[in-house]
Amino acid sequence: MSGLLKSSIARKVAMALSAFFLLIFLLLHFSVNFISVFSEDVFNEASHFMGTNPLIQFLMQPILIIGVVFHFVMGFVLEAKNKAARPVKYSKYSGSENASWMSRNMLVSGAVILAFLGLHFYDFWVHEITVKYVDGDMSGLILGTEHLRYYEEMHDKFADIWRVALYCISFVLLSLHLLHGFQSAFQSVGIRKFRNVIVKLGNIYAIVIPLGFIFIALYHHFTH
Amino acid sequence: MNLTLKIWRQKDSNAKGQMVDYKVTDISEHMSFLEMMDVLNEGLVAKGEEPVAFDHDCREGICGMCSLQINGEPHGPDRGITTCQLHMRMFNDGDTIVIEPWRAAAFPVIKDLIVDRTAFERIQQAGGYISVNTSGNTQDANAIPISKEAADKAMDAATCIGCGACVAACKNASAMLFTSAKVSQFALLPQGRVEATERVMNMVKQMDLEGFGNCTNTGACEVECPKGISLENIARMNREYLAASVAKS
Repeated sequence: MSGLLKSSIARKVAMALSAFFLLIFLLLHFSVNFISVFSEDVFNEASHFMGTNPLIQFLMQPILIIGVVFHFVMGFVLEAKNKAARPVKYSKYSGSENASWMSRNMLVSGAVILAFLGLHFYDFWVHEITVKYVDGDMSGLILGTEHLRYYEEMHDKFADIWRVALYCISFVLLSLHLLHGFQSAFQSVGIRKFRNVIVKLGNIYAIVIPLGFIFIALYHHFTH
Repeated sequence: MNLTLKIWRQKDSNAKGQMVDYKVTDISEHMSFLEMMDVLNEGLVAKGEEPVAFDHDCREGICGMCSLQINGEPHGPDRGITTCQLHMRMFNDGDTIVIEPWRAAAFPVIKDLIVDRTAFERIQQAGGYISVNTSGNTQDANAIPISKEAADKAMDAATCIGCGACVAACKNASAMLFTSAKVSQFALLPQGRVEATERVMNMVKQMDLEGFGNCTNTGACEVECPKGISLENIARMNREYLAASVAKS
């Protein structure tokens, strides 16, 4: 991999490709979560399918983890290389005069998202893996009942206002990350056609998806 | 107007530099920034002090020689101009102006505000040319049909004067805008297509070897470029590079 990613453009393209993959995943994740606002049963069925389907569990899930880890590791590697490219800093640097805050602080927003992912993995993923692959319970049912457990578990998690607050802050940072990242990924792979459409679509995605996640967290908090 | 200047002074490439404060008085708002620097230097010479070294040549915004990071921006607060075209009317009486050299590992300071920009020349030498026989029987350029759109875009890219403002503005000290302009001006024309694969591979390789940073598409380079070189050129270079990588493999 180090040989393949020696060139600065190859690194840019690799970052963009992992970003495209994560954009698609995030849309899918949002779609499934949003169901919980309308139907407990459909959300439970969808979650059970996602959590037990072998293709998703043993192919897509590892690819997703690799994609997430790659995107973060490469982000930090690029930042380190970029810092080395300017060893002596300017005593005055007016970055806000020529570039947006989002574009200049992708590492900051990315680091917050990484910290959030730690909490999110602890909240849901670690629990799922423990129940299914450590305890060996693949039924998806609440113990002693015939009801699927996914909706109730998520609903309970958002009872805690501090968790909801942390999720909301993280989604705001995710929005800022996407406001630059979406259109930047297209630029990195050399796509300039339909530039205005891509920028507008990116802005819509960057606002609607994180706002939707915030709505879901607040919905479950206030309906608990 | 009377001004306070905070200027980077560095004896030579090995010396440790520092910011030094100077006062200049009775500066006309009609002066160019470099004329103001001339006034400062005349005063320093009269006092027997070492004048501030800075790059300049044509003073018409064409040669790409003048540089200077002024109040945190390459070529100062105005847009679409070089430092020599910056006028003192952009500042106010009593202002403090911070003047620094371009900062990049690939642009080491030679003295005071002068940096070594030969890294750009080495990138050009790596592929920024076409190999043609100029012995006298060269084909008439007008005999090759080129669309107006391609000719215009190639000309736009070719207006890059290689001043280095893109590197200076970029938070990553990336040279992507410069390199992409030089790649694009040939890639868009039939004469440049013959060596397109080798050109983009070699120029990007040299750019990386020089120690420039990675582009993160902030767009600061495009905003600060005195010639308005577009980010579209970077996208084109990325496409060229990907196509060349596939062709090479």
